[in-house]
Amino acid sequence: MYTAIVFLPFLGFLIAGWLALVTPRDKAHKQRLDRNAQWVTSGLMLVSWGLSALAFVEVGLNGRTVTIELLSWLQSGALDVSWALKIDTLTVVMLVVVTTVSAMVHVYSIGYMHHDPDVPRFMSFLSLFTFCMLMLVTADNLVQLFFGWEGVGLASYLLIGFWYDKPSANAAAIKAFVVNRVGDFGFALGIFATFVLFQTVDLDTIFGAASGQADATFQVFGMEVHALTAICLLLFLGAMGKSAQLGLHTWLPDAMEGPTPVSALIHAATMVTAGVFMVARLSPLFEYSETALLVVTYVGAATAFFAATVGLVQNDIKRVIAYSTCSQLGYMFFACGVSAYSAGIFHLMTHAFFKALLFLGAGSVIHAMSDEQDMRKMGGIRRLVPATYWLMVIGSLALAGIGIPGTGIGFAGFFSKDIILESAWGAHSAVGNLAFWLGIAAALMTAFYSMRLLMMTFHGAPRADETTMAHVHESPKVMIVPLIVLAVGAVLAGYAGYELFVGHEAPHFWGNAIFVAEHHNALENAHHAPLWVKWLPLLMAVGGLALGYLFYGPMSHVPGMLAARFRSIYDLLLNKWWFDELYDVLFVRPAFVIGRVFWKGGDGAVIDGLGPDGVAAQVIAWSKRATRVQTGFVYHYAFAMLIGVAGLVTWYLFTQG
Amino acid sequence: MQSLPILSIVTFLPLAGALIILWISGRPEDVARNARKTALWTSLATFLLSLFIWLDFDPGSAAFQFEERVVWMSGVDIAYHMGIDGISLFFVLLATVLTPICILASWESIKDRVKEYMIAFLVLETLMIGMFCALDMVLFYVFFEGVLIPMFLIIGVWGGPRRVYAAFKFFLYTLLGSVLMLLALLAMYFDAGTTDIPTLMAHDFPVSLQTWLWLAFFASFAVKVPMWPVHTWLPDAHVEAPTAGSVILAGVLLKFGGYGFLRFSLPMFPDASLEFAPLMFGLSIVAVIYTSLVALVQEDMKKLIAYSSIAHMGFVTAGAFSMTAHGIEGAVFQMLSHGIVSAALFLIVGVVYDRIHSRDIDAYGGLVHRMPVYAVVFMLFMLASVGLPGTSGFIGEFLVLMGLFEVHTGVAALVATGLVLGAVYMLYLYRRVVFGKLTKDHLKSILDLSPREMAVFAPLILLVLWMGIYPSSFLEPMHASVAQLVEQVQAAQAASPAMMATR
Repeated sequence: MYTAIVFLPFLGFLIAGWLALVTPRDKAHKQRLDRNAQWVTSGLMLVSWGLSALAFVEVGLNGRTVTIELLSWLQSGALDVSWALKIDTLTVVMLVVVTTVSAMVHVYSIGYMHHDPDVPRFMSFLSLFTFCMLMLVTADNLVQLFFGWEGVGLASYLLIGFWYDKPSANAAAIKAFVVNRVGDFGFALGIFATFVLFQTVDLDTIFGAASGQADATFQVFGMEVHALTAICLLLFLGAMGKSAQLGLHTWLPDAMEGPTPVSALIHAATMVTAGVFMVARLSPLFEYSETALLVVTYVGAATAFFAATVGLVQNDIKRVIAYSTCSQLGYMFFACGVSAYSAGIFHLMTHAFFKALLFLGAGSVIHAMSDEQDMRKMGGIRRLVPATYWLMVIGSLALAGIGIPGTGIGFAGFFSKDIILESAWGAHSAVGNLAFWLGIAAALMTAFYSMRLLMMTFHGAPRADETTMAHVHESPKVMIVPLIVLAVGAVLAGYAGYELFVGHEAPHFWGNAIFVAEHHNALENAHHAPLWVKWLPLLMAVGGLALGYLFYGPMSHVPGMLAARFRSIYDLLLNKWWFDELYDVLFVRPAFVIGRVFWKGGDGAVIDGLGPDGVAAQVIAWSKRATRVQTGFVYHYAFAMLIGVAGLVTWYLFTQG
Repeated sequence: MQSLPILSIVTFLPLAGALIILWISGRPEDVARNARKTALWTSLATFLLSLFIWLDFDPGSAAFQFEERVVWMSGVDIAYHMGIDGISLFFVLLATVLTPICILASWESIKDRVKEYMIAFLVLETLMIGMFCALDMVLFYVFFEGVLIPMFLIIGVWGGPRRVYAAFKFFLYTLLGSVLMLLALLAMYFDAGTTDIPTLMAHDFPVSLQTWLWLAFFASFAVKVPMWPVHTWLPDAHVEAPTAGSVILAGVLLKFGGYGFLRFSLPMFPDASLEFAPLMFGLSIVAVIYTSLVALVQEDMKKLIAYSSIAHMGFVTAGAFSMTAHGIEGAVFQMLSHGIVSAALFLIVGVVYDRIHSRDIDAYGGLVHRMPVYAVVFMLFMLASVGLPGTSGFIGEFLVLMGLFEVHTGVAALVATGLVLGAVYMLYLYRRVVFGKLTKDHLKSILDLSPREMAVFAPLILLVLWMGIYPSSFLEPMHASVAQLVEQVQAAQAASPAMMATR
């Protein structure tokens, strides 16, 4: 069953991929190919989804964890790696999240992409992605994790660049792959370090031996460093790349060049959360390194805050949501950083539902607006697309985290975000407090930009031209039904999962999947947080929503005024803190300049100039000189002979004497 | 099978085919057709026979297998001695699998002097296989140098416009190294009294002599690999060589250097190898970073892939001199993988070159619109070159880096930057050639892969995936030989405590 969950999407990829290469004979044939690709991949995905639900009951609720060996992969020296599936609670949670969102996105894409000329290719890539993601979450060793990790990167690259005619999409695809590779560079080194320390890459063995290596050290460039800290930081570099954390986040907003279902599946719900999954999966290592946890917390908190600020001023509907994703991932990381891994995973799950909902909703809007993404050209379509509107409202409220503390009433995001903030507070440490306050600030901004998005998109007077407005229509059922499924998740997942993930049943539920050292009791403290800690996030959320309503409703002159008043700050935010420009100057341009210098200067002038070409030129020059000596005049030769004789005689006499 | 001299049969079968082609005469078109067919069937038969070597190979043994020994020059103890171990086994197979592919790839693109071309290729195959099987220094040297001649002709006769310059550059570079190696060979003979390779491997050369011998061999192998800074012949040779020439050059000839390091430098001069390991690491790191950056700015597809080859071979030299089981197995695997992947990439360039007759990256763009199958094949090999897990490239790079990390974390980190840089130049190339709108007029009617071209790529695709998903088939026969090599080197290290102190 578990094998089927993972490999059914792969089968879908193969079939659809094959269909993509068939040249259609005529229009009807093409339609048939498209339909086959859609239904095969979606059908297989739905089966995989159903099986995942069973797996959740079997492993998550009944606690029957299993490991399935498929095939030996790599064996060299002491290194022995297998293709194997490790199914424990953490895995089944991820299985459910991934297959749910993926199945919904597959179905949604049937409607969303039906105009596209390359339907089979699109469906096959989606299934390929899902397969890689499932390989990632079921990995039983670090190398297989890396396989899935790079695999989802590949699928992401292919899907961002799906519309390969667009130069911007191609550029974004390369950027995503390369930035991820920078992270993977750290990940790979982390794997090597782990192997050197533990002599295995097998997760269970590593976890068993971790406590014994708590004080081990490495020599790095002559410095002695704490081995587990080094490992965790290297691996975390990989997580930062994949989960678009501050510094390596620049690819995520650009990734919105891909079709919207892709943004929902890969760049909101699943792939970008792989970093969080990895940190949680490796909790038995991170727990032994306070430094690594500290770094995770700092990076997470900084990202949550930074991305939220940028989200405030973006005008592209997808980019707003993208920065929001970035920011929410920051929350998940700092939850892990204060050892509240289960809270991080809880938020991962709820976020998957409401963020996928928001993206697909945005897709529905874009679809309705004839592929317009700029919110400044939207507005006033609330009554034209009522279903989309209300679904987006649900998603936004879930994102903002609306609910009533202590009652069990609230949207999904409310439960998970609150427990994260309470945990940060509950860490009772300087960094925990910092994360808490940055998180609170980000919560305010999150609510604000969510409302801003709703207001600009749906309310007010229409700003699009008449032809577009005349064309605005509600999306077909095949697109709305998946949204409803996700909306149900966005409403109920928080309440339903609370006790299981972070409440009383949590220890039983997680079993050995997550390890928390005894003195790390942030999550425990979170449940005893004072009232103000519990109410403050809600206050911020409501405040943010209210401000958003005021600024983009009755007091619509205020944003422009603020932007003019604080021009430099506005520019900084609008240009995303100039990260892209900075990296361009620091890395991209120098790489090309240095490459050219090495090529023309190093290879051309120095090596060839002194080497083969230089030697050849010298040989020719000397032989020319030598030919000049051969004048052909007898007296020249006779003179040369005479000098020679004189020289020889002199030498003879000297050596004799 | 054991009683048959299978190595000699595999080695000289192509030569026999070449002789047959020599006899072909008649109308020019008949000659060309028959020459092609004879060459293809000969190389296919060679390939099938070489599979028996693999099947009969005993992976549990580290010793040389299928040994043949006939006295050649009795007075000076020089023999015709052949045999293979786990390290050379797959290089033989690499040569036998790539030759028929090359011949098939040249089916239509070579129109002049087809007969001579096919003869050159079959002779080349004999010499390549012989080189990997030779267990006598003199025999090895004959094959090693002999390879230069057909390669020189292939580039010089069937090459592009600057073929003469490229051929001479290639020849001069390699010959310089060879001369020094010949001197070293003589020195070894006078010290050990034999040219038998297994005997020499067990011989203890004095440490001071080792240094000089190592340097002489280094001069020869470094050029072949090629290592920075003696690499500049490679881009020129590749650019000017016909497609199949590039394939063999990148696929098999570049492996001579790496193989040489593993067969001679490490086991025969372990102390010197240890002493010079930092030099090798340094040069490898430069090779990886420097050539990756140079690859990024290339405007010629073949040059770009040529530079990427140098970077990939940097992994090999670094891995070999990590002197760990992982590093050496990784180096061998990386060579095999590179043999397949770079060969495929040159074929991929060849496919469009045959159609458009341009290697300029700017001449292309948007090929995916007309050539979807080509785009998929290109994508696969690009990813293998980038080292995506699941392809052969990953296993090699991963093992090399693992081995390096065990020895020196800093070196591993610097070499690993190749993972990022490799992705940059390959993706950038792919984007410029395959993606984008199809706007250029001369591309509007370009055709997708023909059945013959698919037949060329199919075995390579199969191999890349097989090596990536189930590399055990290839790693297992290596284990014993590599373990013995590592043991040998470590024993030497332990025996010279002075050496350890300087580390």
